[in-house]
Amino acid sequence: MSPEVLTPAPMPYQKADFESNQEVRWCPGCGDYSILATMQRTLTKFTRPKHEYVFISGIGCSSRFPYYMNTYGFHTIHGRAPTIASGLRCVNPNLSIWVITGDGDGLSIGGNHLIHCMRRNINLNILLVNNEIYGLTKGQYSPTSRVGTVTKSSPLGSIDYPLNALCVAIASEATFIARTLDSDPNHMSMIMERAENHKGVSFVEILQNCIIFNDKVHGPVVGRENREERMIYLEHGKPLSFGKGKSKAIRLNGLHAEIADANDPDAREHLLIHNEKDATPNYAYLLTQMTHPEMPVPFGVFRDIDRPTYDELMLGQEKAALEARGKGDLKKLIYGSNTWEVKA
Amino acid sequence: MTTQNETEKTTVRHIQELAAITVRFAGDSGDGMQLTGDQFTDTTAMMGNDFATFPDYPAEIRAPVGTLPGVSSFQIQFSKSIIFTPGDMSDVLVAMNPAALKVNLSNIKKNGLIIVNSDAFNDNNLRKSAWKVNPLLDETLKDFQVIKVPLSELTKNALKGHPLKLTEVDRCKNFFALGMLFWLYDRVLDHTVDWITKKFAKKPEMVNANIAALKAGYNYADITETLPTQYRIPKTKMEPGIYRKISGNEATAIGLITAAQLAGKTLFYGSYPITPASNILHDLARYKNFGVRTFQAEDEISAMGSTIGAAFGGAIGVTGTSGPGICLKAEALGLAVMAELPVIVIDVQRGGPSTGMPTKTEQTDLLQVMFGRNGESPVAVIAPKTPSDCFAMAVEAVRIALTHMTPVVFLSEGYLANAAEPWKLPKLEDLPKIEIKHPVAEEGKTFYPYSRDEKTLARPWALPGTPGLEHRIGGLSKADLTGNVSYDPENNQKMINLRAEKVARIANDIPELEIRGPEKGKLLILGWGGTFGAIFQGMEELATQGIVVSHAHLNYINPFPRNLGKVLSSFEQILIPELNMGHLLMLIRNAYPGVNAVGLHKVKGLPFFGAEITARVKELV
Repeated sequence: MSPEVLTPAPMPYQKADFESNQEVRWCPGCGDYSILATMQRTLTKFTRPKHEYVFISGIGCSSRFPYYMNTYGFHTIHGRAPTIASGLRCVNPNLSIWVITGDGDGLSIGGNHLIHCMRRNINLNILLVNNEIYGLTKGQYSPTSRVGTVTKSSPLGSIDYPLNALCVAIASEATFIARTLDSDPNHMSMIMERAENHKGVSFVEILQNCIIFNDKVHGPVVGRENREERMIYLEHGKPLSFGKGKSKAIRLNGLHAEIADANDPDAREHLLIHNEKDATPNYAYLLTQMTHPEMPVPFGVFRDIDRPTYDELMLGQEKAALEARGKGDLKKLIYGSNTWEVKA
Repeated sequence: MTTQNETEKTTVRHIQELAAITVRFAGDSGDGMQLTGDQFTDTTAMMGNDFATFPDYPAEIRAPVGTLPGVSSFQIQFSKSIIFTPGDMSDVLVAMNPAALKVNLSNIKKNGLIIVNSDAFNDNNLRKSAWKVNPLLDETLKDFQVIKVPLSELTKNALKGHPLKLTEVDRCKNFFALGMLFWLYDRVLDHTVDWITKKFAKKPEMVNANIAALKAGYNYADITETLPTQYRIPKTKMEPGIYRKISGNEATAIGLITAAQLAGKTLFYGSYPITPASNILHDLARYKNFGVRTFQAEDEISAMGSTIGAAFGGAIGVTGTSGPGICLKAEALGLAVMAELPVIVIDVQRGGPSTGMPTKTEQTDLLQVMFGRNGESPVAVIAPKTPSDCFAMAVEAVRIALTHMTPVVFLSEGYLANAAEPWKLPKLEDLPKIEIKHPVAEEGKTFYPYSRDEKTLARPWALPGTPGLEHRIGGLSKADLTGNVSYDPENNQKMINLRAEKVARIANDIPELEIRGPEKGKLLILGWGGTFGAIFQGMEELATQGIVVSHAHLNYINPFPRNLGKVLSSFEQILIPELNMGHLLMLIRNAYPGVNAVGLHKVKGLPFFGAEITARVKELV
């Protein structure tokens, strides 16, 4: 095992500057390779020095991610990455901190931390790699597996109703919420860039393919032959159009989304226009309810709003306390308000 | 700073001098007994006596009024000599209602003084506290001196003309009772008057009423001759210096802040509220201008995780909890062992197992913090012995964690957390700086995140954000030097040995164990944690009976002080009193197999009495 070479790489960085010397050990054909490569490529677009990135993960296939990034990294324990990242953020406002988690790590054992991390709006980028299966433990159903999924632990089909990752993010009032997919590196890179540029918590669901235990689970939506008709790429201020020649779009019927003919002049004024800045979560929630096979599935930024971050507020209180009371005087603290003297 | 202020007394009669007194205030949890006790304590301190207190309260915030579960008590011993316990049995009980009398009757010395609020002994209250007959009317209290005082009525009369509602008037009766006690022990009222004036500054009518009730109680005792005698406890000969009153949890919070300042670091405290540790979080949250960052986590695991994250980032990472929280933190604490990060875990032990008795004290987490993790995962364990000792040991916890790059468990106890005593304040200039080195990249030199300091075996604390030191750590088995993932069998054994040796070498960096009493002999009492006071008191008592034994007290449990084996081998027998069923006893028997050690165990949610120590010693010598 060769030690790290310590000569700092000059900027602008190349993708290779973000590759560690560790051999990547995911299964051949795993979607994680594409996510890793896209991340390494995306980071070259920023001006931030390499030593200011920290990748923190839990347990699971995708959680090996930090070992392969030539940045700071912490491969922690199952489900707890958001807690470690939160503590780190509280003591260092300057780092770019990425949490890498999966559907089991983030939504099952670590569900509690994920929701609290998001509602606090701690300035972190969270990538949840969703393949709807437990890979590292060799193929049990996960909290995002569909009802009826046959696995080793559900030989007659899963009877668990699945969680929708983006619904969890919206219920937790995350300020940046997006969905992308492992097989579209350009879209994925754009989303990573947007996540990094968002101030506050950024939650990104990446639909990923587990070639061994759940191959092509997302295929009916993201497969090459299906994409055009079954995926919507969201663009702010534009209709939610899809289909051949963008011939279809979405309009509201009461509280429900329905498919409309984008070219019908009468329908056009009623088409839903994508608004990622909507302050209320209702619209973004509506988008999460568009699922296959009834509806085409949205990809892109669901929500991107501003709210003060936890770390900002924490530092703000510290600053206010310093202004109001001055720098803490240790002697006063130790002595307290009531002392007495015992004379010799 | 307040200095003592003696006032001339006009009527002085039958003043009897005593060496020590134990007083217990008891009432409904809404009766303000903790506050009354605190005020009595403050004045005791100002008047120059050593003291130790013991608040004993229910977990219920407001149990139904007048019932047994709702009784809240506060015990204080004050003395002309140095003491470390709140006393065994009380000389005086102030009982605000029948339930308080019932719960505390077994804690009163024969012939002791019981002051009861006779107004509260009505049918309703007697029924709620399960008295079949009114104990003031039958033989129940024949072994005690009983003073029946219609506290509610007298307070009402004293506050005639004050613009308060009737319920507010009744709430002043604790000050009436306090006034009586101040007379009984020949105390001045000044301190409590000052306190009331500040406390209710925004409600002048409450200031006037409470002061009026306090003075009325004092005068009532003075004029009516209800109380037979006044008592005076001569001043204690304490070491010269400046003192304050401090509880264990306060001292812990102040100690942590002090340590952070001595290290020039941000203090991060991640915690989930839990009795009896919560008020450390409350205290620290008030000190943001000291660079303290508190994080109220969503659960115990997050509290531990955030603390590890903060330590990874270069802050002093501390989490605080009690036994049930330690269970939940175990896995993450193991991560801190593997990552070799300096975190401090405060465990204010309480009654268990499971939810147990949250407000009561025990020492039943020792083996849990020693061994309650998967794999070979040694951590340092230290324990304060008195409330004020929590300050010094909190500083020690931080120093050891930072110097040796290891998790440190600070084992406090519910009793220490809430009990208060005088604390001789340290001189700031006497507190040594805590030296920290963070590595930086050196041209042409390879950085190894798991290289080690030759002396301590500590690994370098390289902070994210440092140019050129990018590296990865984690919970998977670490390769020596590089910290890369390794499944190599030889490497795994080596790393297990290194981490164990690193913790063992802390013994070179802590004081040797001291012995009070003869350095060799028949019997050594070996204590740890909050049993110090009871052992101290027991030995004083034994000395008066001509029985001389020795005492050594462990502040450091993992590793043990380097001379412990030698100390133990100098005695024929070792007695280990603990508020558990034999945790330290098991560790000692394991570490020193030849030693003749016996235990004294008690798990009743209460500290030891000095008398329990003396009784056991007498069985052995």
